[in-house]
Amino acid sequence: MKNITDIASSLDDESRIQNEPYSKDRSQIRGWAIDANSKNDPTFPMRQRHKESTKNHDWQRPSLQAVTTEVLHSNERPNLTATFGTASPPSGLSGTIRRFAFKYSEGKIIHWLALLLADRVNVLEGFGSDLRKGYAPNILKERGTKAAWKHNPDAVVKKVIIGVAILTSIAIILNRKQKKLACKNN
Amino acid sequence: MLAMNYRGPGRVRADQKPMPEILHPEDAIVKVTRSCICGSDLHLYNGNVPDTRVGTTFGHEFTGVVTEIGSEVKKLQVGDHALVPFNIACGKCIFCRQGLFGNCHESNPQATAVGGIFGYSHTAGGYDGGQAEYVRVPYADVGPTVIPPGMDLDDAVLLTDVVPTGYQAAEMGGIQIGDTVVVFGAGPIGIMAAKCSWLFGAGRVIVIDELDYRLEFAKNYAQCEVYNFRSMKDPVLFIKKITDYLGADVCIDAVGAEATGSAIQSITGRKLLLQAGSPTALSWAINSVKKGGVVSIVGVYGPTGNFIPIGNVLNKGITIRANQASVKRLLPKLIEHVQNGILEPKKLITHRIPLEEVADAYRIFSDKLDECIKPVLITSPINHSSTEQRETHHEKYH
Repeated sequence: MKNITDIASSLDDESRIQNEPYSKDRSQIRGWAIDANSKNDPTFPMRQRHKESTKNHDWQRPSLQAVTTEVLHSNERPNLTATFGTASPPSGLSGTIRRFAFKYSEGKIIHWLALLLADRVNVLEGFGSDLRKGYAPNILKERGTKAAWKHNPDAVVKKVIIGVAILTSIAIILNRKQKKLACKNN
Repeated sequence: MLAMNYRGPGRVRADQKPMPEILHPEDAIVKVTRSCICGSDLHLYNGNVPDTRVGTTFGHEFTGVVTEIGSEVKKLQVGDHALVPFNIACGKCIFCRQGLFGNCHESNPQATAVGGIFGYSHTAGGYDGGQAEYVRVPYADVGPTVIPPGMDLDDAVLLTDVVPTGYQAAEMGGIQIGDTVVVFGAGPIGIMAAKCSWLFGAGRVIVIDELDYRLEFAKNYAQCEVYNFRSMKDPVLFIKKITDYLGADVCIDAVGAEATGSAIQSITGRKLLLQAGSPTALSWAINSVKKGGVVSIVGVYGPTGNFIPIGNVLNKGITIRANQASVKRLLPKLIEHVQNGILEPKKLITHRIPLEEVADAYRIFSDKLDECIKPVLITSPINHSSTEQRETHHEKYH
């Protein structure tokens, strides 16, 4: 098992810190640990500290799950975890966007925004997938409209009115644009 | 098998999916007997959690009967009826060894902040969840706990998340005898956090929410003071006034990303997704707590960033503590509390709905219809003490 220093030194990263790890012998540091107070631990009792080392990658890893499908992993870790989920592997355009997202670390906003974009693209792919299987999705049922109508019909009516108003507005705007275009051409 | 199938924001359905398989020697396959919808599932349902893929099955609160085990599973046996913590934890890594079972380093390849969680997007490991007839359970010897004889299934299923999360919210508050605790949110977690605050010696427990029916429930269930923030101009000022203008000793955010109460936070956080959810409750918690006080966060936010008054955290000398609940660490104590009648989680359950009607269940819970507090999806008919109650609720719903 590589320790964290080995992993760090194996990274091809221009910005890698070049410092040597400081000596483990801190007896030369004047005053080292004179005010140490184990009771001053705001993580207690959530985090249970033991005398055994809990600082490094020194645990015996579980057996590794076989990789039978594409699994993306954060670049903030060197490998896959011992187990992982296999639901909905990346595919299509959304999969391409997800692969792009995972080139960036979790600290980069582009990582998450790309994943959100992929999620929205994936919704459209889901429609396509349903239709290819000869299944027309019942969107009203999927949205739980029956329950909404039963328990809060006013809200359903309101949503319908707003929806119709938006669609009508879009239709009117597009219609005007078409008329203008027709006038220009004439 | 029948399973909940996510199709996009606000759209889910029950579909036939392939049976799960053993993919690792420490896996088990569990036939689900109870599965809840959690407030955290609504972040997925509304499309706010990055890498929530179409076709996945949600559900991280479930119980079930073990039907198959992998070659390295030694403790759990076929036929055991287990409650399955929402954390997927290896039990061996440095984080598990410290009791941080929500932060396992061997169960989530996609993100390093959190360990694997059942049915909680690929950002939490890409595992299908328990809103299904069957589910694959990794590290079966670590998390799953055999339901003690005589324990009601409805109590057991709430020990997988709701009770431990509520309890840890109070625990992280570092509540001292006589402290005033303010809990933001009267959902199942907030109600449980209020209830558990008394166990740590709180002197006063206050719950803030916008829904009267939930506040009424919290008042009766957790024996606490309740206030509707819609009836006040400024919730922070109100809390200062009722705490001798000093603030509460401990504030708990039990709301997370779906918070209402601030138009600008809701628009930027929930509609435009410019933030990782709407941090209204967290901002109120920071501003309402006493100088030197503690803010405990169990409300779930996304991984990007939020507009919160961090300057006030500094100037007030606040301690912030937060994490996903470490279910396995807390289970022994909480099982005891349930068995002794100190905690009665099943009282939170208001709706029992067949898995086939999962879309309606999500709509009811998401829109807080029919005075819903906690919905449970029934996947497998099984004889137990709640049968009569279940039929009553089923009649009510239909």
